Amino acid sequence: MMAFSTWDIIRNLLLATRWTIALSLAAFIGGGLLGFLILVLRIIPSRAAGLAARAYIEIFQGTPLLMQLFLAFFAPALFGMNVPAWVAAFCALTAWSAAFLAEIWRGCVQAVPLGQWEAGASLGLSYAAQLRHIVLPQALRLAIAPTVGFMVQVVKGTALTSIIGFVELSKAGSIITNATFAPFTVYGCVALIYFALCWPISFGSRWLEGKLNVAHHAH
Amino acid sequence: MTYHFDFGAVLVYWPALLHGVLITLELTGFGAVLGVGLGIVCAYIRLGGPRPLRFIIGVYVEMIRNTPFLVQLFFIFFGLPALGLSLSAIAAAILATVINLGAYSTEIIRAGIEGTPAGQTEAGASLGLTKFESFRHIILKPALARIWPALSAQIIIVMLGTAICSQIAVQELTYAASFIQSRSFRAFEAYFVVTALYLALAILLRQTLRLGGKFLFPWERSR
Amino acid sequence: MSLITLTDLHKSYGPHEVLKGISLTIEAGEVIALIGKSGSGKSTLLRCINGLEPFQRGGIDITGLPVTTNPAELRALRQRVGMIFQQFNLFPHMTVGRNVMLAPMVVKKQSKAHAEATARQMLDRVGLAGRFDSYPGQMSGGQQQRVAIARALAMEPLALLCDEITSALDPELVNEVLAVMRDLARQGMTLVMVTHEMRFAREVCHRLVFMHQGRIHEVGPPAEIFTAPKTTELRQFIGLEPV
Repeated sequence: MMAFSTWDIIRNLLLATRWTIALSLAAFIGGGLLGFLILVLRIIPSRAAGLAARAYIEIFQGTPLLMQLFLAFFAPALFGMNVPAWVAAFCALTAWSAAFLAEIWRGCVQAVPLGQWEAGASLGLSYAAQLRHIVLPQALRLAIAPTVGFMVQVVKGTALTSIIGFVELSKAGSIITNATFAPFTVYGCVALIYFALCWPISFGSRWLEGKLNVAHHAH
Repeated sequence: MTYHFDFGAVLVYWPALLHGVLITLELTGFGAVLGVGLGIVCAYIRLGGPRPLRFIIGVYVEMIRNTPFLVQLFFIFFGLPALGLSLSAIAAAILATVINLGAYSTEIIRAGIEGTPAGQTEAGASLGLTKFESFRHIILKPALARIWPALSAQIIIVMLGTAICSQIAVQELTYAASFIQSRSFRAFEAYFVVTALYLALAILLRQTLRLGGKFLFPWERSR
Repeated sequence: MSLITLTDLHKSYGPHEVLKGISLTIEAGEVIALIGKSGSGKSTLLRCINGLEPFQRGGIDITGLPVTTNPAELRALRQRVGMIFQQFNLFPHMTVGRNVMLAPMVVKKQSKAHAEATARQMLDRVGLAGRFDSYPGQMSGGQQQRVAIARALAMEPLALLCDEITSALDPELVNEVLAVMRDLARQGMTLVMVTHEMRFAREVCHRLVFMHQGRIHEVGPPAEIFTAPKTTELRQFIGLEPV
């Protein structure tokens, strides 16, 4: 058996962390784009669109991310396709993030006072123009801190992709544990690396929230 | 090539599904009651306890909130035996769930307590109540009522999160899905059915918590 | 011996001195109103007497017990002096009956039956006998304030401190609260109130204390205060002299 030093453990874990970061960024961007689409469906004055968006959010927030990963992994097999784990991981995480981001952003849009829409309408702006020029810019400011905060959930969510075989930080932890029989050290290191990734984001989110809120009150 | 769905092949395993649902509910129930209890204690200490304790609770909350549940579970189940603390799978799962929800509910409940109007605390003081009596009788219940929606949402997230406990062979709902797919070779159908069951559980749990809130906080109805 | 004795009381918020040496004695059974402009220190003085505000210099003594910052001593003291707040501060999650029963059960360790009997009696005294099981949220402001009075009375205090207790009420609800206060005065309860209800103060109080910029300017029976004010500030306050 090969002997692993603590440094070997950490080095291997850090190499795998690259994949955690890459998948997090990809899913966050993909989820953001899809989430924006769902947000628009959710708030435009169309019953059918609103219902579809609500169903989407309900389903993806009401079922485990792990199930979504399994389904994304096994569904293509039904059509004779075999997708690599990273594709299934990206698709499931994107779909899942989109539901949460759409819901977070909807809250921000709702926080813009109704009078702002009415003022826009009274100036003769179309619905789309009210949304684009008046409401979204104001909602955006409110959305920054919780959106950054959700990034932490995405990073943590990537850990589940280890279960369908994507080799990122958690999976690397399991593999190294099997080779070293040092689960306490390995999972301890894994936890610390996640913490090092997530805590600055959490801290940034809280800092932004304080900063933006203070500025808001100063108006 | 067309695929013929066969949900019947999955549904014949209904006793396994039922067993899985019950274990998922068991994890959620223990997790929710003990986790929220832990959150109440930690929130109380974090707001008024001695400095070193406040710091320790701060570290606990940040550690848990910034690491994946999967890693917490593995650390407890695989890592702690190295310190001589071996737990059964179900015990490790319950412990991990309680510790996880405890951290989140500490933050949520703390926000609720901080929303207490100053007049309430003053009224308690002017009646001669101690700080702890004030917390127990005057502050706690309205604080919980204030953050009940956020707490309910977190409990549902934790329920969905227990799916991961299948990875240490706790026989909850996801474990049932894996078991069924290994017997029936109907992976998609098995996971689809179990996903639907989770959705039903989430909706049911949300309604239960809403009703529970009405029962626990009856004065809110008179508003 | 006087019930409440204030000796050279000083209190500041940071560099801002709110009470600049207050001395006053209050006898058992006296009804006293603190009057003056807002910011003159009336409410702060009342809150000091209940130990809700710490003070820097001087002393407060209630039936021989000093007001300190020691939590246990403060609790003992607050069992003798009840406080009623402008915003009622009823506990929203408890029924009216429970609001009144709480402190007797928790602080005085009374049995539930005993506390309930006292609570019903006190609610009857403020004219709310039928509302034992209502929640505060279901009642008008005037009714809530009367519950707050019952809640303070249930602790059998030697004196009640009333901090602008009608200021948050709609005008048509003021009288029902003042009627309760009038009854209490008649029954010999010691009352120290901050109020803007001058007619009420004139009619019910034994002595009025006029405060201005953190000092007591004049003390005397209502007739004297209203008809023969000695200082310019008081004359301006009661409108006998233009500001």
